[in-house]
This record gives sequence, C-alpha cells and structure tokens, in this order.
Amino acid sequence: MTTYRISIESEIFNCPEGQTVLIAMTRKGKTCLPVGCCAGGCGICKVKVLKGDYETKVMSRAKVSKEEEAKGIALACRILPASDLTLCRVKV
Amino acid sequence: MRKGVIRPGHIQLRVMDMEEALKHYRDLIGLIEVNRDDKGRVYLKGWTEVDKYSLVLVESDTPGLDFIGFKVISDDVLSGLKNDLIQYGCEISEHEAGDLDACGRRVSFVAPTGHTFEIYAEKEQTGKWGLAEVNPDPWPLNLTGMKAERFDHCLLMGPNVPATEALFNKVLGFDLSEQVVTPDNTIAGAFMSCSMKAHDIAFVECPDLGKLHHVSFHLETWQDLLKAADLLTMTETRKDVGPTRHGLTSGQTVYFFDPSGNRNEVFCGGDYHYPDHPPVTWKAEDLGKAIFYHELVIHPTYLEVLT
Repeated sequence: MTTYRISIESEIFNCPEGQTVLIAMTRKGKTCLPVGCCAGGCGICKVKVLKGDYETKVMSRAKVSKEEEAKGIALACRILPASDLTLCRVKV
Repeated sequence: MRKGVIRPGHIQLRVMDMEEALKHYRDLIGLIEVNRDDKGRVYLKGWTEVDKYSLVLVESDTPGLDFIGFKVISDDVLSGLKNDLIQYGCEISEHEAGDLDACGRRVSFVAPTGHTFEIYAEKEQTGKWGLAEVNPDPWPLNLTGMKAERFDHCLLMGPNVPATEALFNKVLGFDLSEQVVTPDNTIAGAFMSCSMKAHDIAFVECPDLGKLHHVSFHLETWQDLLKAADLLTMTETRKDVGPTRHGLTSGQTVYFFDPSGNRNEVFCGGDYHYPDHPPVTWKAEDLGKAIFYHELVIHPTYLEVLT
C-alpha cells in the first residue's frame, strides 16, 4: 500500500493512501494537532499545507472559506494526501 | 409555572452530505425515515414517537443547528404564548402551516444565546412506528442500529445564559431543573424541563452565538449504550466520550459525531423533575464531576468542539 510522509512542525508520521491526515496521526499515537469531530465541521484541526499535493473531503464553509482553501488552508481531518505533505498548524 | 409547552418536538439540523447523514441517522442511530420534501429536506423520527417526525435534515455547506421546535398543547396556547413573547420583547416571525411537512403554523423567536426556537401546536400523528394502535407489542421488528427511541433534548452553547433561562422560565414556563453556578452565583449552565424529564433543553455559556453542543436521542438501557458504542467502532464512527455517567441529571451517555461534525448523544436513565422541585446545583469549579461523574475531568476539546 502507498504511504505518504506527513511533516507537521517537528513531528513526522506516515499516512496510508485513502486515510485522512488526522486519522493517520491518531493511529500513530501522535498529538501534534487537536482532534475534534473528525468530520470537517468543528474546524479545530485547521492547518496550512506548505508543500505537497492533496485532495479534501467537504469542509464547513464557516471554518474554511473559499479564499483560505485556495491558499492551501484545510482541515486535517479532511485532507487525503496525494504526495508527501508538509503542514503547519493554524490556531483557531 | 407551566404554560402549555409539552415537549421538544423537532430539530432542523444542517448536514454537508445528505446520503452520508442518512447512513448515520437512519442506519446507525436507527431513526425511521418518514418523508422527503421538494426543498430536499429529509424527515425522521424515533420509533416510539407518536408525531410524524422529530428530526429534519437539510443539506448545507455549513453544519449546525437551524432551529428547535417545541410543541404546545393547543392553538389557543400558541396564540397566547406568541403574545407573551412579544410582550416580553422578543421579535417573532411566523411560518404558515405546511411550510414544514405535516406541521401547523409555527411562531419563531431568537433567544439571547443566539439560537432560533419555534413553537407550534399541530403536527400529523402517525403513531408509534411499526406498532398496532390496539393491543400494541412493546417494540417493533425491523429496527436498525442503535434503535433510538426518540429525540430527547439538546445542549446549546452561547452567551447570555441567565437571560435565556429567564425567558424560558417566565414566558414558556420551563423549570430550572439543574444549574451550574459560578462562584459569584451567576448561572453558567441551565438545564430546563417542561415535563418530568431532567432536561428538555440545556444551555451552557460560551462567547459565540447559536452553537450546537449536542443533539440527544433516548435509548432504553445502559446495555443499549454499550452496544451503541460497539456500533460506533464497527462503523468507524468518531466517538467522543463514553459510555459513562453524567453528574448533571445523573443520566448515562455516549457522545459521538455525525459525518458533518454535529455532536450526537445517546442517553438513558437519569433523574426526574416535578414542578415543585428546587433546582439541583453544581459548582462551576467542579464542572468535571458535573459533566463526567466517573472521569472527573472534561477532555480539552469537549466544550470547544461545536457546530
């Protein structure tokens, strides 16, 4: 199975293809992002993708605007990596 | 003093993907899908509910609560309460009969916490799902998932809880059954009843207007809560807390999230309330014990993760 390397500030973990970044983080026992609803609704796991390709599942527009989405801001619980990713946390 | 409000009758929730939401509310929680309308809204009910529906799902790009409706005992009571709301200083709006499927006219207002409520007197009664009207069995065959019995209550978060508590008490006749008070004796949490239940609606203070903390569905027993938690793992549904017991209401609980991030609860047991009972009081500094009686602490995102 393809796995991608996810870097969030000083933490690094692998994310299997088809799994969201936040779920992969929790399965590896990492705590570098806060975990909320895991469904794109609460916005607590907001991040900026600094490098890499990805797709997102639907996210609450109240938490990520179209403009933010265009700048690489997304919710980690909705990010499906398509390459290795470098992320940083966006405090909400 | 009671004013003729009889129960939380319906809630309209926004979801980001209707088919995913139905897999959750219908197939996992076990609510019964009863109708879809030309606005794309889907209507569901718990099997024990006599009225046609209690949950209305509507698709949106932003999850959360649209409104909660309370049923009142008659159309005369509805007219009286409408006047009382106006006298109290509430701005009201009205929706004509049929705007919501099979529901009579509705009178709507916004509470100081920023949540939209409505009252109505009429809704089609289709009876308990799957049971005969005469000589009914205790439960029907062919229920699915958690087999939720009914929409029970909501916990809502917003500013101005004391003013909202006063509105629900003075105008709508709800009792304050349990309260969380700060050291200066301000109400930070108001658990309110219009029935014998420990709560029909609850408010907890937070700075943001109109937030949904959770919508709760009633199950019969503690064993049902255990199996509900099993179903969350089986279906890879995100669990938040439980099974455990609340201090407040002493109810038993499992929290989890729907596929749009709205928090759900399945709930059983708990205290009862009569109109002459004084409120049960919890100190805000002991909120851990008040909310999670066994764990004694609230996990960091419990009061922050809202829709």
